[in-house]
Amino acid sequence: MYAQMVKSTGTGVKSLDEMEPQERAFQERINAGDKIEPKDWMPEGYRKNLIRQIGQHAHSEIVGQLPEGNWITRAPTLERKAILLAKVQDEAGHGLYLYCAAETLGVSRDELTEMLLDGRMKYSSIFNYPTLTWADMGAVGWLVDGAAIMNQVPLQRTSYGPYARAMVRICKEESFHQRQGFDIMMTMAKGTDAQKHMAQDAFNRFWGPSLMMFGPSDENSVHSAQSMAWKIKMNSNDELRQKFVDQTVPQAEYLGLTVPDENLKWNEEKGGYDFSQPDWDEFFDVLRGNGPETTERMEARNKAWDDGAWVRDGMMAHAAKKKAMKVAAE
Amino acid sequence: MSTNDWPLWEIFIRGAHGLSHRHVGSLHAPDAEMAIKNARDVYTRRKEGVSIWAIESSAIAASSPEDKGSLYDPADDKVYRHPTFFDIPDEVGAM
Repeated sequence: MYAQMVKSTGTGVKSLDEMEPQERAFQERINAGDKIEPKDWMPEGYRKNLIRQIGQHAHSEIVGQLPEGNWITRAPTLERKAILLAKVQDEAGHGLYLYCAAETLGVSRDELTEMLLDGRMKYSSIFNYPTLTWADMGAVGWLVDGAAIMNQVPLQRTSYGPYARAMVRICKEESFHQRQGFDIMMTMAKGTDAQKHMAQDAFNRFWGPSLMMFGPSDENSVHSAQSMAWKIKMNSNDELRQKFVDQTVPQAEYLGLTVPDENLKWNEEKGGYDFSQPDWDEFFDVLRGNGPETTERMEARNKAWDDGAWVRDGMMAHAAKKKAMKVAAE
Repeated sequence: MSTNDWPLWEIFIRGAHGLSHRHVGSLHAPDAEMAIKNARDVYTRRKEGVSIWAIESSAIAASSPEDKGSLYDPADDKVYRHPTFFDIPDEVGAM
């Protein structure tokens, strides 16, 4: 989800009998619910896939600060401003936990950053959409963080120890994010006609992109099957999307907002809602780099990295100088 | 682009007075002082601790997964090291 389209390197899932002894022992550990730790043997595909997935997830946390950071200086009250600031700071923290988890697989944080900045690695499509009004802060917290939680809760049980532990920390903090968004929506939905209109407008714009966060249907994907066998993906994209819709529709009803989907209908038989698929052409177009804000996001990240270079280098130089002085004194 | 990677530090936090420090994760910082400052921001935003330790990851020695057998198996046949190994009659009372 924050890692929407992770392509695995394998050609399909091997049965235990087709595996070499070392790989078989590894798969049996995973089947038994064991956690894999950094120094344990692992297939190269598992390592590569995890680096892509955790890296994409980390990048999403970092780039995800931008649409919300956009509103910090214009929050309507001091309290809302302090809350938004804390939330955006959390996202930076989540990015750091995830980069550390990825680093245990033998890639450095600076390498990952460079791959994001030159476009070799992706981040979630959702952060390529603009945040036009204050109500978008409500919609992002409620829907985007809500969708993220849907995916991250099962990932706490993922087979790779450092990733699972990072997820535990993230999930603990994430529910504050969703609630603060819903709180903004509640206030606006109970407000003046103009405020209600803003809340509905934000909901209309973020509903489709939120459904896209789970990625396209992957029921028949070999990549997904391999990731699920390795327990680095716990549920299918459609399964999580359905769960998200079923959870969100009653919340929208409570707010008095209309879900922007004419085909939305309760289906008694499946015990869930029927709903329209989001615009997948738009999704693939955004992934190709044509999102409404893609250029701005990448420019902002590149600028932050370039402008911060002298600070990073200066602090390293200072640390080296102090170390040298300490050695000289001894 | 900078190739001047900051070293990796392992962070340990004492959750409350009287508890031991526990490993919570790692982070990058140019030196020990900054490692502690960064650890404050990354790992204690919600009052998770009262004390922070930081140590460079490269300074940690660790046992390897292959040693698991030789290190821990010898304890398997020494169940008498646990108090539950011994049956104390009820009439003796708590011991």
